[in-house]
Amino acid sequence: MQMRTIEISVGVFVLAGILAMVVLVVKVSGVSLQSDEGSYVIYAQFDDVAGLRKRAKVSMAGVTIGRVAGISVDPAYGVAVVALEIDKEIAELPVDTGARILTEGLLGARYIGLTPGADGEILLEGDFIEDTQGALVLENLIGDLVTRLGAS
Amino acid sequence: MRLIRHLGARTLDRVATLGRASVVWAQAVWGLPKIGDIPLLVRQIYSIGVLSLVIIVLSGFSIGAVIALQFYTQLARFGAEDAVGLGLALVLLRELGPVVTALLFAGRAGSAVTAEIGLMKSTEQLSSMEMMGVDPLHRIVAPRLWAGLICLPLLTTIFNVVAIYGGAVVAIQWLGSDPGGFWSGMQDAVEVWDDIGKGTVKSVVFALVVTWIAVFQGYDSEPTAEGIGRATTQTVVISSVMVLALDFLLTLGMYGDFK
Repeated sequence: MQMRTIEISVGVFVLAGILAMVVLVVKVSGVSLQSDEGSYVIYAQFDDVAGLRKRAKVSMAGVTIGRVAGISVDPAYGVAVVALEIDKEIAELPVDTGARILTEGLLGARYIGLTPGADGEILLEGDFIEDTQGALVLENLIGDLVTRLGAS
Repeated sequence: MRLIRHLGARTLDRVATLGRASVVWAQAVWGLPKIGDIPLLVRQIYSIGVLSLVIIVLSGFSIGAVIALQFYTQLARFGAEDAVGLGLALVLLRELGPVVTALLFAGRAGSAVTAEIGLMKSTEQLSSMEMMGVDPLHRIVAPRLWAGLICLPLLTTIFNVVAIYGGAVVAIQWLGSDPGGFWSGMQDAVEVWDDIGKGTVKSVVFALVVTWIAVFQGYDSEPTAEGIGRATTQTVVISSVMVLALDFLLTLGMYGDFK
């Protein structure tokens, strides 16, 4: 076979490999190329984030408006601090916006649902959401139920 | 007594083989980086990588399709069809992609390399090269090692993409799961380093091992027709076992904390 043909096909092969890598990173892992400029970060404290993962959805009325940028624990108070990355387009969230940890379906992934507030002031970069409700942990619910049944 | 002596001799044989293999590998890897060698490398990438592309694409598509089918039927019982995309991507990126590609690569390219080098040895091309002052390790072995190291990670990536799209075709077009749930579930779960990066690390390790075994088996084969046949079989058998064993160790090491 001609050396030139070989060179061209090797070039196409390597290109295909690199292209496949780009497809994996962009399409499969969902890293968006213009993520940083169009978002701001607010925080929320939860008693329990049970199973919430980084890059989980943040949604309002079922529409995804951001992602979980990071989860850490505040050892002084024993609460989880979750950083929420919200799209710039949703810039005017009132300070009394509520955040709840919800589950998609029965066994689905955890995500954060925001419920709108009515206050005139809005949340700015780095602010904390006051009104939060942690994840429902099945064991705790069952524990509650058992104590209540036992009491009655 | 004779048994013990036999066992000892076998063990020493194995250790000596490993020693020779290491020397060949080290000399060959050191031997390459020169501008003039690039045409040799390109030719090897063609015969090792480009010619393996068809089998990789075909098996990628069917494996992706089969995984999607199995996941769908099981997950549909729990009403969790949206998890098909996520399961498919994680299984492929973390385990099946690197492993299956490495096994196919050992069968398709590794055996070819062994047979080629073995034949060169038995027809005394290697020793005549030495006579002409050309180092066969540098001219024959090194380009094949490097080509394997370049090709297998690329093939693995292509395999993963084809398999994921194959799974998507089955799950979305045929079984009618929701494309939004399929892709967004996948994108929520897959991490760039944890899944794609570590999978690629695996494929680089497999590439190193498979090409090393293939090249050395050829280089060390008995210069007879029978010897070449045996070396080719050995290449496929040893590389397959090594890939599976190493995969277990790598998974344990990288994803660890299973206790």
